[in-house]
Amino acid sequence: MNNLKRTALADEYQKYGGKTVDFAGWFMPVEFEGILKEHEAVRNDVGLFDVSHMGEITVKGKDAMTFVNYLITNDLEKLVDNQVLYTYLCREDGGVVDDILVYRFTEEDILLVVNASNTDKDYEWIVSKKGDYDVDIQNVSDETAQLAIQGPNAESVLQGHTDYDLSEIKFFFAKRDVMIDGISCMVSRTGYTGEDGFEIYLSNDEVVKLYTNLIEDGAVPIGLGARDTLRFEANLPLYGNELSDDWTPIEAGYGFFVKVDKENFIGKEVLATQKAEGVSRKIVGFTMADKKIPRHGYKVFKDGKEIGFVTTGYKSPTVGDIIGLAMVDVEHSKVGTEIEIEVRNKMSGATVRNRKFLAK
Amino acid sequence: MSTVLEGLFYTKDHEWVRVEEEKAYIGITDYAQHSLGSIVYVELPAVGDEIEMDENLGVVESVKAASDIIMPVSGEVLEINEDLEDSPELINDAPYDNHLVVVQLKDKSELDDLMGKEDYEAFISEEE
Repeated sequence: MNNLKRTALADEYQKYGGKTVDFAGWFMPVEFEGILKEHEAVRNDVGLFDVSHMGEITVKGKDAMTFVNYLITNDLEKLVDNQVLYTYLCREDGGVVDDILVYRFTEEDILLVVNASNTDKDYEWIVSKKGDYDVDIQNVSDETAQLAIQGPNAESVLQGHTDYDLSEIKFFFAKRDVMIDGISCMVSRTGYTGEDGFEIYLSNDEVVKLYTNLIEDGAVPIGLGARDTLRFEANLPLYGNELSDDWTPIEAGYGFFVKVDKENFIGKEVLATQKAEGVSRKIVGFTMADKKIPRHGYKVFKDGKEIGFVTTGYKSPTVGDIIGLAMVDVEHSKVGTEIEIEVRNKMSGATVRNRKFLAK
Repeated sequence: MSTVLEGLFYTKDHEWVRVEEEKAYIGITDYAQHSLGSIVYVELPAVGDEIEMDENLGVVESVKAASDIIMPVSGEVLEINEDLEDSPELINDAPYDNHLVVVQLKDKSELDDLMGKEDYEAFISEEE
């Protein structure tokens, strides 16, 4: 664990009982008090995540908006300034380079927030597409810390640390220069848990102070384990599980974030065709018939024939059911279809369902 | 610090064995349950299965991952702990009170290869 990259909070995890792991080359906490308790804290109260390993890439200049809009599948021109967009960077063949957040501060000042494991790949990809666009592209990941405060009580806890009225920041909007405990922060009402909450960007020098203060004020430190169960229940994809270089966002079931009526963008041809003509495989939800846990990569069968693979599966901490997501051939994707999951060389029954795992 | 009980045998894979005459109760240690975190599923063999030492006895799944449980001694499975089917979290609550299986010991000399309390404590202090 000595060669791992460390966030500015790496020395803090142990104080709160954090168990650490190598996550994509980063020294990160996988859990503190326990995944289930942390999961519950975010669903019912408030949790605090160190997400400083996430990458930040700035795109500035006269052509910033046009250039970024050419790189992404969603439509940045439909936003107003200080709005945030969830979208994909796709390759020409529609494979996903990464899923990212785009912060449009102005048309000439844009921030891309990317997955830790993909930061270098994304930066190189973006630079390779620059061409004649008048833009300056910088990878500012190393100097940027990021916290996520998430849960129904996130706003009330964070509000105790700032005079700025946080209710002014609407869902998927951002505000710069918010003073929190005397620290200048960029704050957005965004997250990866399916709960209300904020993501807070600040300098590495100040993040220990804010992390400590928010925990003292009742925010529960959360590790990557619960981050994954939370995002999974909320049907939010994880790059490397639901998203990959090897298939498109349409096949992954996230076509909502692909706007094929947009003028031009990388991957448009393939994605527009898939939207018009349909796909040959897609990610579906499923419920296990027995109590085995379907893990990422387990094979899916129908009548003895292999038809796909599990992308994520858990015993849902919120709902209690054993549920998963799987990429399957489209003819077996209808809700109610009986499928089989191979668990340790034995078949377990499962039924295809919708992906609204948290819906009552 | 994990609890280690006197009078049990321990393995490097963090199983415990409690011997009652010719029978052995087998479970996972406090250290193991703590490392795994919240246990959500336990897969056990069938009664009557004959399993050799070092073969796979079953699987314990935590929220994050599935972990194989290795047979610490050879023997025929006499009993499985059926409470774990509906309440796998019992292992987190009381790892030494909730065995996985009871086996008929095939060769008591295999117990000589296992650790006692002090040796196991020293072993886990190195792992920690």
